[in-house]
Amino acid sequence: MRRRAFLVTGIVLVAVVLAVALLSLFWTPFPAADTTGGRLEGPGAHHLLGTDKLGRDLLTRLMIGARIAVAVGAGAVALGALLGGAAGLLAAFANRWLDDSLAALLDILIAFPTLLLAMLVVAARGASLASAIVAIGLAMSAIVARLTRVLAKRVLAMDYVTAARTSGVSWPRIVWAHVLPNIWPTLAVNLALQFGLAVLAEASLSYLGLGPPPPNASWGRLLQEAQSTVLTAPVGAIAPGVLLVVLVVGVNLLADGLRDVADPTRRRHR
Amino acid sequence: MSLLSVSDLSILLKSGEGQPIVDRISFALEPGQRLGLIGESGSGKSLTTLAVTGLLPPGLRATGSVLLDGTQVIGARDRTLDRVRGHAAAVVFQEPSTALDPLMRLGKQIAEPLRRHRGLRGAALRSAVAAALDEVALPTRVAGAYPHEVSGGQRQRAAIAMALACRPKLLIADEPTTALDVTVQAEVLALLDRLAAAHDMALLFVSHDLAVIGKVTDEVLVLSQGRAVRTGPLAEVLSNPGDDYTRSLVASARRLDAALDLTPEVSDDSRGA
Repeated sequence: MRRRAFLVTGIVLVAVVLAVALLSLFWTPFPAADTTGGRLEGPGAHHLLGTDKLGRDLLTRLMIGARIAVAVGAGAVALGALLGGAAGLLAAFANRWLDDSLAALLDILIAFPTLLLAMLVVAARGASLASAIVAIGLAMSAIVARLTRVLAKRVLAMDYVTAARTSGVSWPRIVWAHVLPNIWPTLAVNLALQFGLAVLAEASLSYLGLGPPPPNASWGRLLQEAQSTVLTAPVGAIAPGVLLVVLVVGVNLLADGLRDVADPTRRRHR
Repeated sequence: MSLLSVSDLSILLKSGEGQPIVDRISFALEPGQRLGLIGESGSGKSLTTLAVTGLLPPGLRATGSVLLDGTQVIGARDRTLDRVRGHAAAVVFQEPSTALDPLMRLGKQIAEPLRRHRGLRGAALRSAVAAALDEVALPTRVAGAYPHEVSGGQRQRAAIAMALACRPKLLIADEPTTALDVTVQAEVLALLDRLAAAHDMALLFVSHDLAVIGKVTDEVLVLSQGRAVRTGPLAEVLSNPGDDYTRSLVASARRLDAALDLTPEVSDDSRGA
């Protein structure tokens, strides 16, 4: 029952951020580039959460930030799942030699700090939303690949796979019918957690000025810009921080709850 | 022509290190014939059955000759074997909990080979699944259950239904009763016996238990440390064991029998206690 509450809380938190991100596509209180407000206004009737140094509406920028956070999270997870899943399955089926080389490559990638890898990608491609997604997705794919490899190997060693082979089922069919459904619950939970990590990684990149360039208003960038005025206009630093926490905690709770829903062998114990 | 003809089958590590795990064993099965493969654990029984269907784990290789329904299994490509498998042979494993996909409903798992091999769809498929369940004395509602929702004996019955769905000419049973308790064991053995006879299937039955093998087969092949030490009709092996390993096997079975004879008859009400 407590798990159920986690799941519901997670869904609500994530849904709120998602809704805000979607809304920002159609409507924001002010245009993104509008600088008509006074500098560093406090929260008020006109600007609900106040304005920043350049007189831009904070709520507007937060809404755009939600869009970027969700885009980077989803994009990186999609890239990581596709790339990592494929590499992991390949390693699970590969002969000893290829498997060992892939494992070594993955270990190096995992040991490599995500931020450093991201800086390399940004240096090569220039700072943009796509660069951030590629950089974080690449780093994620190594972790996903290693997990997929282990999970798939465990399934492949099961008698039901041998039984399927005996009755003449082809490998692609076995992957589709047996391997993927059996590794999916664990993988999905991990991907949900990775989504949260990706959002945090993007905030760090933007904080360092390596994220999507202005006028994109990533939460990390908002935090960095508000840093020098945190004592006079604390809302500017607190609001993006709170939103980051809401999204990441929401995703983690969702991941936790997902584990039970996705796995019928655990459903009974709920 | 024999359904299965194994000659000089050896199984070795791919690296070529150490002794062969299975050393030049030969046997043949005619359609409808039964053979018991008996030996201690690690004697190569299970690997032999895997080699017969060309499913040795990576790291092992087989030499010699295995002709399964006229197809040479050793050295054959997967695509060739895919055509033979299913029609020619099916396997029932020791541990029913790993022999069934935990995330697939039993009905779907039984339907899978029916769909592929007999080309059944829709209502015909559903009634074939019900018939397959009925054949192994499972109620139709089991089709909607996940493996963890039914008992071990029921799982093994479902696994048997799956193996039989392709109507194989040869059923390989790899210690199918070892993981079950004794009363369920007897039921499953009787079921295998009845179904093999009803469909005129050849049966390759693997066990380490002479008493279990005695219930389903008349011919046995005794394996010890990868070698075939004794082969022949069960009665003959029992009365004239020949080599040391077979002798100890027979002696231990005798001791167990004698112990059971000494035990006073267990009455029905005390068994329930």
